[in-house]
Amino acid sequence: MMEERNPLSCAAFQAQLPELIGSGEAIASHPHIRSCELCRALLADLETIAEAARQLLPIVEPPDALWEQIESAIKEEEGNPGKN
Amino acid sequence: MPHSRFPTQPPDPVPNPPAAEPAPQAPASHPVDKDLSPHPSEPPRGHPPVAPGAPISRPVDKEPRRGGPGTPVSPAVPFARAAAPNPAEADALARAQGGDHQAFAQLYSLHKRRIYSLCLRMVGNIAEAEDLTQEAFLQLHRKIATFRGDSAFSTWLHRLAINVVLMHLRRKGLSLISLDEAMEPAPDEGPGRSFGTLDPTLAGAIDRLALERAIADLPAGYRLIFVLHDIEGYEHNEIASMLDCSIGNSKSQLHKARLKLRDALRTDTRQEARR
Ligand SMILES: [Zn+2]
Repeated sequence: MMEERNPLSCAAFQAQLPELIGSGEAIASHPHIRSCELCRALLADLETIAEAARQLLPIVEPPDALWEQIESAIKEEEGNPGKN
Repeated sequence: MPHSRFPTQPPDPVPNPPAAEPAPQAPASHPVDKDLSPHPSEPPRGHPPVAPGAPISRPVDKEPRRGGPGTPVSPAVPFARAAAPNPAEADALARAQGGDHQAFAQLYSLHKRRIYSLCLRMVGNIAEAEDLTQEAFLQLHRKIATFRGDSAFSTWLHRLAINVVLMHLRRKGLSLISLDEAMEPAPDEGPGRSFGTLDPTLAGAIDRLALERAIADLPAGYRLIFVLHDIEGYEHNEIASMLDCSIGNSKSQLHKARLKLRDALRTDTRQEARR
């Protein structure tokens, strides 16, 4: 696949992309990527997105009232053991 | 509220203990309104830094993770912090396992952000995320005595929460097996149109809030896999086993999710430019 001589069409190349990306192969050296600006840009964007996602931190604060709800639900369960 | 964090900190048995959980860096007033730049000294969770141009498949992740190579569904341990738990957590955990309510409140305080963020991103909806967070901590309360310490507590809890969300989505009728069919966008807006367009590229920069918004707008199946893989750091084989789908399915869903995000973010960029 990577040694393909005939340049693939963009459509054909992009159809293979999920597998190429998922396999961890060095797509940057794929002949189609080397010769196709469009798909190079696509790949760069996908990398940017994946990298940006990696940087998202789990920092969303739940509302304070949530703990109160959890607390009362726990107390209710403890008051009714065996109800679960 | 269990806001008093670590009231009685024991002496550190662990060298260089990391901050247990993102310290309350200026808690966002609104759950989705959260563009907090990461603390400079804080490494991004789990994912090792990736050089520009590095493959997006994260070959480093091929190394066996915590849990051993023999456990295919071993949680990805996406969080660097999970590796060395805070001593205050170990203490709270032990006491909570013994039924100490205050200690349980402390565990909630330590993990609420991570669990809530996970739920929110997985379902893309605040009300559901609150319900699911509550359910996750209720289950934690029921099961906490069964935690044996085979994995890091945060990893265990994280996985428990994912299961809660997946159960919920299945109950809602989202077939996790046939995501592809169920979530296939109409042909004219499908990812296929990526080729042939010369729209502006993202030029290596993505606004965090725009990304969060775009993720929340993804179709449910795409969002799920994107969150699990790209944000939480799970591998395709782990996701396939969690969702009971094929690895190929997981790969193609992830790819479509990224394409959809690219479309959404580029639309953002275009609208921005028009202003
Ligand atoms: Zn091309």
